[in-house]
Amino acid sequence: MSADLTIILPEIVLAVYALGALLAAVYTGKDALTRLLIWLTAAVFIVVAFWIGVSSEIGTGFSAMIVKDGFSRFAQVTILLSAAVVLIMGQDHMARFGLEKFEYPLLITLAVIGMMVMVSAGNLLTLYMGLELQSLSMYVVASLRRDNVKSTEAGLKYFVLGALSSGLLLYGISLTYGYAGSTEFSAVILAASGSVPLGLLFGLVFMLAGLAFKVSAAPFHMWTPDVYEGAPTPVTAFMATAPKVAAICMFARVTHDAFGNVVSDWQQIIALLSLLSMFVGSIAAIGQRDIKRLMAYSSIAHMGYALMGLAAGTAGGVEAMLLYMAIYVVMNIGTFAFILSMTRDGLETTDITSLNQLSKARPGAALALLLLMFSLAGIPPTLGFFAKFAVLQAAVDAGLVWLAVLGMIASVIGAFYYLRIVYYMYFGESGTPLDNEVPVFQMVALAASGVLMLALFPNLLGLEPAAANAAAALVR
Amino acid sequence: MSVLDFAFYLFAIVTVGSGLFTVVSRNPVHSVLWLIACFLSTAGLFVLLGAEFVAMLLVIVYVGAVAVLFLFVVMMLDIDFAELKAEMARYIPLAGLIGIVLLMQLAIAYGVWEAAEGVVVAEGLHAIPVPQGINTAALGLVLYDRYFLMFQLAGLILLVAMIGAIALTLRHRKDVKRQNVMHQMWRDPATAMTTHDVKPGQGL
Repeated sequence: MSADLTIILPEIVLAVYALGALLAAVYTGKDALTRLLIWLTAAVFIVVAFWIGVSSEIGTGFSAMIVKDGFSRFAQVTILLSAAVVLIMGQDHMARFGLEKFEYPLLITLAVIGMMVMVSAGNLLTLYMGLELQSLSMYVVASLRRDNVKSTEAGLKYFVLGALSSGLLLYGISLTYGYAGSTEFSAVILAASGSVPLGLLFGLVFMLAGLAFKVSAAPFHMWTPDVYEGAPTPVTAFMATAPKVAAICMFARVTHDAFGNVVSDWQQIIALLSLLSMFVGSIAAIGQRDIKRLMAYSSIAHMGYALMGLAAGTAGGVEAMLLYMAIYVVMNIGTFAFILSMTRDGLETTDITSLNQLSKARPGAALALLLLMFSLAGIPPTLGFFAKFAVLQAAVDAGLVWLAVLGMIASVIGAFYYLRIVYYMYFGESGTPLDNEVPVFQMVALAASGVLMLALFPNLLGLEPAAANAAAALVR
Repeated sequence: MSVLDFAFYLFAIVTVGSGLFTVVSRNPVHSVLWLIACFLSTAGLFVLLGAEFVAMLLVIVYVGAVAVLFLFVVMMLDIDFAELKAEMARYIPLAGLIGIVLLMQLAIAYGVWEAAEGVVVAEGLHAIPVPQGINTAALGLVLYDRYFLMFQLAGLILLVAMIGAIALTLRHRKDVKRQNVMHQMWRDPATAMTTHDVKPGQGL
């Protein structure tokens, strides 16, 4: 038992922190403690991330329900760090718009625990429990601005569609359990080899559909724009980063750990999801005038590219996917740091025409956003290009040339709306400018991620070998 | 007919009968009471099956909590049941269709049923030996030993549900007077009482 507990010690530490902080906040200052709790939570996240990063503990616990390997470590560190940064940069926004609730950092902590369980699941049950812990916390924080119709709508929509997708996933899990005789990945992979029974195949398809909901891959993306638009902006920033990493890593876990022997059976499904996501995300974003909705479609398209790496079905593909997700998270943190700072006369604005002539008012911010937009579009010397290049190469290596070519076409279509933002900033008509006071942490996050986009460090700051190690741990 | 048979038929008839009355009784409060009778007799059936833990769960959770909650809700709601019934008449054809489909599925389930080739019977659950006959202990062993982690995670999920319900619905009203015990205890005649010298025939 104690060996089992050692395996999940980081999760236990986070859970104990969440419970302790909850009690402390309820019995003392309540909402007055929010600011302190946000900082404390971010600090705990960063400490735990470093702890996981430096510890090289590998193994399984609770009769293989939890699997700690290089893959889960990579995913957990990414999740923890991005959650910490998003918490810090959103803190000022929460205070300014009267959303200082002490439940917010605690629910985020619980969601992060759920994500950490998701990515280290070795059993379909663990996967489901982690997913529900994460989703339920996200439903609540999405409707945290409870007096706002859009926010409650976002929460309700997210909840109903999330419940539907959980139902699909559970249906798939029950079929898989029925035909494999076990919920353990190690047993499922034995049943799913050679010629797969039809029932197991059905289970796989339903599970992939449920998972596609969670990563908001087309055609299961309908909830994304409304939820992104309605949720408070710091929550949107959170939803666009850590949960996406967790969901796509869980996707990789299921496909490789449980169905790794029948790659050709799920490859075509994921290739289709990837293709639809890339095109839906790129084309539907063109009509959006609201930057949060635009980022929602952008995230759908990016999920398509990440899934392309997974569709390759090789270790190289998983490596490209992890690399893509890490870079995607950095790009989104930077962009959302800017969106959080978009206010006009003290009120939040999300209209993209409010970016008109930003280069005159705030040249630094405009330059950073320009780099981020170039990177999101995948224009060469920026980091986003290398991310896209990695997944395209993985797809070509796996013989999915058609997917890579169509992905490039979608990327060209998608470049239009990213470049339109750049156009507004530098050549747009003059209008009422945005407020000039920007909280320091949003500025730092924006500048840092802007600089990172140009950072042509060898090995991308050690990211590439880390991703390669993680992929090697998963794909055997 | 042994006592066992007699008990089975008694519980079975009460279950079916009270289930029927749950649906047809005109007063919704009576419906809920019939539902409770149905749960109780089902619990009896579970005891006959040797599943005493499930029987207890049914009595405690369903009768003790869920059905009583139903009762409160039904009593508090102001619903025009005559109007609801009229509405129901419109959906009778659809309901009938769904009923027929369900019946057909039942027929399939109890009819010819062959396992596909190569299907292995699930064995994973029984990997740890469980004591026969005491199903409370057996459930406990599975739940708190093998699925200990799941149990704790479920606890965290319920905690999230509770925090969420409070965070999204609780409103601290400032305009209501609340009892403050410390405040009450600190009152003494010196602060709470004043003496007035009332002149005869004038009042205050």
